[in-house]
Amino acid sequence: MTPPDESALVRVLAADGTFAPTPEAERYLPIIDALSDAELETFYRDMVVVRAFDRQATNLQRQGQLALWPPSLGQEAAQVGSVRAARAQDHFFPSYREHVVAMTRGVDPLDIIRVMRGLTHGGWDPTDPRNGNVHIYTLVLGSQTLHATGFGMGLVFDGRCGTGDPERDEAVIVYYGDGASSQGDVHEAMVFANTYRTPQVFFLQNNQWAISVPVATQTRGPLHARAAGYGMPSTLVDGNDVLASYAVSKLAFDEARSGSGPQAIEATTYRLGAHTTSDDPTKYRTSDEEQSWVARDPIARMRAFLEGRGASASFFSEVDAVAQATADDVRVRTNELGGLDAASMFAHVYSADHRLLQEQERWLADYEATLEGGVA
Amino acid sequence: MPLAKALNAGLRAAMTADDHVLLIGEDIGKLGGVFRVTEGLQAEFGERRVIDSPLAESGLVGTAIGLAMAGFRPVVEIQFDGFVFPAFDQITSQLAKITNRHEGAMQMPVVIRIPYGGHIGAIEHHQESPEAYFAHTPGLRVVSPSTPNDAYWMIQDAITSPDPVIFLEPKAKYWMKGEVDTSERALALHASRIVRRGTDVTVVGHGAMVTTLLQAAALAESEGTSCEVIDVRSLSPIDYGPILDSVRRTGRMVYAQEAPGNVSVGSEIAATVMERAFFALESPVIRVSGFDVPFPPAKLEGVYLPDADRILEAVDRALAY
Repeated sequence: MTPPDESALVRVLAADGTFAPTPEAERYLPIIDALSDAELETFYRDMVVVRAFDRQATNLQRQGQLALWPPSLGQEAAQVGSVRAARAQDHFFPSYREHVVAMTRGVDPLDIIRVMRGLTHGGWDPTDPRNGNVHIYTLVLGSQTLHATGFGMGLVFDGRCGTGDPERDEAVIVYYGDGASSQGDVHEAMVFANTYRTPQVFFLQNNQWAISVPVATQTRGPLHARAAGYGMPSTLVDGNDVLASYAVSKLAFDEARSGSGPQAIEATTYRLGAHTTSDDPTKYRTSDEEQSWVARDPIARMRAFLEGRGASASFFSEVDAVAQATADDVRVRTNELGGLDAASMFAHVYSADHRLLQEQERWLADYEATLEGGVA
Repeated sequence: MPLAKALNAGLRAAMTADDHVLLIGEDIGKLGGVFRVTEGLQAEFGERRVIDSPLAESGLVGTAIGLAMAGFRPVVEIQFDGFVFPAFDQITSQLAKITNRHEGAMQMPVVIRIPYGGHIGAIEHHQESPEAYFAHTPGLRVVSPSTPNDAYWMIQDAITSPDPVIFLEPKAKYWMKGEVDTSERALALHASRIVRRGTDVTVVGHGAMVTTLLQAAALAESEGTSCEVIDVRSLSPIDYGPILDSVRRTGRMVYAQEAPGNVSVGSEIAATVMERAFFALESPVIRVSGFDVPFPPAKLEGVYLPDADRILEAVDRALAY
């Protein structure tokens, strides 16, 4: 594991929740000072609610209700900070562990469940305003960085950014990880993004592990430093500090939307759970290492900070109740999910008619009809 | 006009009709592409619509996907057939599957233009016929024009298609001239077409091979054999109607293609014809293909590529049954 480069790190909250900005954090303090109590509480609520959902989903997988689950446990602060820094008109291109991003922007968590249950490859419609411009998950590592960059090029070509009006100018954020950082597509995305000056934030969650392979296998040097090679500013932030993640993302979004070109962020965090429920982290990492990150837990840190500011016990119990209700609701609705009609397999391969599929769909229907007849 | 000019005219017409059609590729701006297909278009439409991209094919297709998500209709130029493979993942795992993954909520009107095939005596990676990879991939449409008129209309129809289209341009025919009727579209994008009537053997192919089939048919006629020639035009979906009708009349079929024959488009068409017209066949369907070797050094391309003689040899074999 690469030790975080402390001298370059933006952190506001120490692991115990005390307000202790690093020197690099100084320039972000006005952004944090401008946050209201309600906003601070929202950050906390977001993290707790999604963690409860994530735990529920992990349990549902263990009980055979889902084929697979990739837990977001431990990465809540990096994601919440970045999402809350965005504006309504911004666009999100996640990888596949961004449950916090998706839910915080309005995606129904059941839509993520349906993907992992084997009912759909997508789950939600990114063009439906209720989904907060969150694109669907991409499972091939790094592919979505190019899609986000192309989308950003579209924003540039259509004059949807860089007008100087922050209420209107749009930006794009793309999430990827330390493992994906080795993919050629990420490199090509950064090349295109900088050539066409896309209004884009490259948000790298360095959760230290690509399944069983430590980040040291991906890189010898700090990942955030790669941005300089593309001519792009970058920031290293403590991804377990929601305030730092928010402030760094806020500035990056504003720079991007105003026409300053793409921005890179590396958020240092840790995947406290397994890569997916098919994984066994005890085979490749130590309990001591995990415990050292539990001690830096993003939710405990924010809770201590809020308690220090005098947040009431009733606030925390209210948040816990909301989280429990969300998790319960997901469990109930998961159990109510039905199956799939075989014809749906053919329905959307193409947007316009395709003879071969029409023939195969007819054949399958006829074949199934004969089976039903045989049974009767 | 030559086929390359017809493509240029078709691209111009599509760009004029829809200001969200844009061209992106390597060297397509000032240079007009290595085959000059986009010549003059950047001067006419500007650098925002005819875009010289960084030299990265996966990036080209991946960003074209994002542009389509943002409401554009990108037309990507891959410089040569053998250079499409760095983009293979973005084409087959992303572009082809995105509409399906979104359950129809996201259309992918992206055209990938690929100059393909041999006959130009070029170095490695510049003469290949990769159509089977794409025709095999659900979610893609694959077409190949063989005449300037088809090139003019098919590129416009590919651009207005809501689905991704792999547009295979027979580079050997870029300079081949033909009449272009800009007033009226002759045929739908995915229709196959009988290009020469005949009664004894049906000979079928796509792209540059259609010209060779016509040469073979002319030679056969001088020897007393009447060949019906069919241009498939669309490799996904394949329009079997005219092919099956023809085979039911002639009872014999030969498929000619530049690509290696193993697991090829010709194999698929041969199998389907045998499934659907078995009792009409007087002989097995015979394939004439490139050999199952990497496209050879240019000095051997004349041996590798099917020519009229190899097609006639197959016609004779079909007639011998």
